[in-house]
Amino acid sequence: MEGFLTTPVGIFAITLAQTLALLVPVLMGVAYLTLAERKVLAAMQLRKGPNVVGPFGLLQPFADAIKMLMKETIVPSGANRYLFLFAPMLTFMLAMLAWAVIPVNEGWAIADINVGILYLFAISSLGVYGVIIAGWASNSKYAFLGALRSAAQMVSYEVSMGFVIVTVLMCVGSLNLTAVVKAQETVWFFIPLFPMFIIFFISTLAETNRAPFDLPEGESELVAGFFVEYSSMSFALFFLGEYANMILMSALTTILFLGGWLPPMDIAPFNWLPGPIWFILKICLCLFTFIWVRATFPRYRYDQLMRLGWKVFLPFSLVWLVLTAAVLKLTGWLPA
Amino acid sequence: MATLDRAARSLLLSELVSGMALTLKYFFKPKVTINYPYEKGPISPRFKGEHALRRYPNGEERCIACKLCEAVCPALAITIEAEPREDGSRRTTRYDIDMVKCIYCGMCEEACPVDAIVEGPNFEFSVETREELLYDKQRLLSNGDRWEPELAKRLELDAPYR
Repeated sequence: MEGFLTTPVGIFAITLAQTLALLVPVLMGVAYLTLAERKVLAAMQLRKGPNVVGPFGLLQPFADAIKMLMKETIVPSGANRYLFLFAPMLTFMLAMLAWAVIPVNEGWAIADINVGILYLFAISSLGVYGVIIAGWASNSKYAFLGALRSAAQMVSYEVSMGFVIVTVLMCVGSLNLTAVVKAQETVWFFIPLFPMFIIFFISTLAETNRAPFDLPEGESELVAGFFVEYSSMSFALFFLGEYANMILMSALTTILFLGGWLPPMDIAPFNWLPGPIWFILKICLCLFTFIWVRATFPRYRYDQLMRLGWKVFLPFSLVWLVLTAAVLKLTGWLPA
Repeated sequence: MATLDRAARSLLLSELVSGMALTLKYFFKPKVTINYPYEKGPISPRFKGEHALRRYPNGEERCIACKLCEAVCPALAITIEAEPREDGSRRTTRYDIDMVKCIYCGMCEEACPVDAIVEGPNFEFSVETREELLYDKQRLLSNGDRWEPELAKRLELDAPYR
């Protein structure tokens, strides 16, 4: 047995098992996030939400999944067939791919690479290709407009997100996500870097095309945006990808600002819970805020969205970056 | 000073925070959803639902075939044919309502001098074919027999306002 685990086949088997152990909970999380969203939105609008399928509607995600699988996949006659079917796969694949570097607990990352944040950033930037390909391949004006909006939006907010991440990296001195969490053992970064935390959170909303930045799918103007023409499983893949991205961005927020798997204080009642539970709880908090924001704010107008990204967040994060650098240098806290 | 105040407010996101606080408050409030069809909302005595033809307590049908309802019906949904009965009283031989045409305005009910045609509290009469919605006299009379206690109560409650 010892010998088998070190052979290439053994290593492959271990990695496969690890991947499944991570992705299955993520996909279950996606399924229940759709239910949680409907429940929370309903509660904030004084409704009850789905409560008929199973106790408290807990089987609703499965009913939805079965419905999606049963439907017919329609490919519009004017569409580019291969790209049309490739786009949802790409979106879903990228949303899953990014999870490889997320450390759920100390040493619990499938790939504990030294450029973890860079990898995450690269993968989440690639997400825009799924959207553009979908919009273009559909050969529909609504889908195309939705894709254009989405591309412009994702690119704009990635800039300020980049600056926020650089600020955090300066405080850590490493690109490794495990090191980022370990650097927060004394104080979680959302306290010293609070404005950056807010900017990062709002940028993740824009990055995942969530309300109030859901212009790419703004149903009052664009019907459903870049996935108007999609149905059945290809639509479900977009849907899963979007929600998986939400969870991913929440995980990233947790790692960068909320101390990853660390308990709030390393004393008795808090450190009884194991690290992964804390990690999941923090992700849930972020996701709840995602939905909470959706229930509260109306959609931005497109020029307001661009103004916020380029004229508010970009200068603000840039100034804060310089400020943080100066403080770190002058106080000698700059990590080696 | 006003500028400073405004800048501070927008920088601290005070309006966003108060908006979020409001939705959070509603999150914990009791919900207004009722569990239809097990729970139902209250219905006014004037509710205009499914039609019924009523009878007198002795079992005699009220309708005297005056055809006022047929005349007033704006959707032309009512068709009436009448002949004198053997005892010499004027009765309908045919009283049809096309429930597909009907717009549930309640004018038939208002026109009726003997409270024969009324619109009841029942709104759950959906069916699977169109033909089932072409009501004849038999159907309307049986509706009346079924709903009579409620129909009488509703007429009594609404009487002071007529």
